[in-house]
Amino acid sequence: MSAPRYSLSGRPRPTGSTVDLYVWYAVRLSSLALFVLALAHFAMTHFVFDPADQSAEWVRQTRWNSVALRALDWGMLMAVLVHGFLGMRTVLQDYVPSRVRSLSLGALYLLALILFVLGTQVVIALPFD
Amino acid sequence: MVRGSGPLASPQKLRSYPSYRGGEGMAAWAFHRISGIGVWLFIILHVIDIWLIGANPEAYDFLGQIYSSPPGRVAETLLGAALFYHALNGMRIVVMDFWPALTAYHRQLWRIVWIVFFAIGLPGAYIILKPIWEVAG
Repeated sequence: MSAPRYSLSGRPRPTGSTVDLYVWYAVRLSSLALFVLALAHFAMTHFVFDPADQSAEWVRQTRWNSVALRALDWGMLMAVLVHGFLGMRTVLQDYVPSRVRSLSLGALYLLALILFVLGTQVVIALPFD
Repeated sequence: MVRGSGPLASPQKLRSYPSYRGGEGMAAWAFHRISGIGVWLFIILHVIDIWLIGANPEAYDFLGQIYSSPPGRVAETLLGAALFYHALNGMRIVVMDFWPALTAYHRQLWRIVWIVFFAIGLPGAYIILKPIWEVAG
């Protein structure tokens, strides 16, 4: 058995693979952005406003009626895709049997690509009022 | 080694899947992983529902009615709890990753996570759930 796979805090900084090391940093750096963006987003959508008030028309007319707010939400989407899908990469690598590992990782990255396209499309293409 | 939270020390006890030896460290890790997977599942739904604002606004509004229904509000409260725990414990992980000396206080840090979680989370849950009994009453 080589270096332990887990430290007291979580996954120790990887030493064997450059890709794993970049993933390790990317998950942590994106977490700092999401700590602010995702928690502020949840507070805005549930505490400041109520889900009952946020119709598609309301989002178009109010929430997304400026390029800056759309860019902010798109940036949050990018941080979410990096953080969520690299996190799920770690989860899959932990539990998926090796014979289907590359297949499952390919499906994971394909799903990330689909969400990237859908999210980017609506942010850019939704008409301004 | 700190009791109950370190990596598997004994090769005889090694299993093929990741595991701790119990205690706060294992619970913190298990909750972090479960909440992370839960939030990830919601993100898939959430990107698709936001995409519907452009593709099919009526379908988005229908989903919004489900989100703001009483069962939807309970689900949103659980989502918020998963997100908030994952965020707070994630900061605990980052702090210990970049200042390893603080791993000596990992248990105290975990208690701080729970204090903040309930201090902010309980009023937050009240705000999300309040319309259920306002409508019912």
